[in-house]
Amino acid sequence: MEIYAFISFAVLAIATALGMVLNKNTVNSALMLVLNMVSIAGLYLLLQAQFLALIQIVVYAGAIMVLFLFVIMLLNVDDDEHLFDRFRVKYLIVTLLAVVVFAQILYGIAGVTDLLPELSSDMTTVGTVEAVAEVLYTDYLFAFQITAILLTAAVVGALMIAQFKADPETGEQES
Amino acid sequence: MIGIDWYLALSAILFVIGIVGVLIRRNAIVVFMCVELMLNAVNLALLSFSAYHGDIGGMILVFFSLAVAAAEAVVGLAIIIAIFRNHLSVDILKVNLLRW
Repeated sequence: MEIYAFISFAVLAIATALGMVLNKNTVNSALMLVLNMVSIAGLYLLLQAQFLALIQIVVYAGAIMVLFLFVIMLLNVDDDEHLFDRFRVKYLIVTLLAVVVFAQILYGIAGVTDLLPELSSDMTTVGTVEAVAEVLYTDYLFAFQITAILLTAAVVGALMIAQFKADPETGEQES
Repeated sequence: MIGIDWYLALSAILFVIGIVGVLIRRNAIVVFMCVELMLNAVNLALLSFSAYHGDIGGMILVFFSLAVAAAEAVVGLAIIIAIFRNHLSVDILKVNLLRW
């Protein structure tokens, strides 16, 4: 049962990732990415991380992707006429690079997987909201508050960058 | 029980798809979405290590990674809006001020 769930989530994740990269329409790409995030949340559930699965759906598939879609529709970008530009040598290099990186990662994985234990049975209690919150608000409280400062700084910075001002004297628009 | 190597292999595949997307796409928004995909792949690897070791520290790290990803998405999209305002396009080949 668990294997079937893993295979279906994995296939969905890979298919939507490929669909995102190979889609000409930006909105379709974003929706593919939403589906990808949801399937990764399903994988988190299989790994007994219920809290992070919920966070993944709420924050990623919800908030961040809505922001993406909002920007796409705000900018009103046309579909790409051709998906790839005409520079052919680039694709050779890209393929080579992708294969090299993939081989490197697989080599790294093969080196460590023998050393790892099986999924421990007490993991079912580790990923719940209570368990995460208990550690988050005690051991990691300082990092948690730093994150709050980081988010505030990011919001202020984004406002400063994206703000749109017109010069009152010349009427010209400047950023 | 599924071995951890399957999760790690899936994470590697998603990461490589993200790399390919970053390298071949010209639309800055799609490039940015591919970066998010790579971030997700790494989170998946981190979480599977955490689950198989039975250590909650990895989960906390993924939680902070999500928070940083949210901040990064906000700033990145603001930069894309600023680029669009200057060039009226999000084609990354047209943003060549610092390119030799």
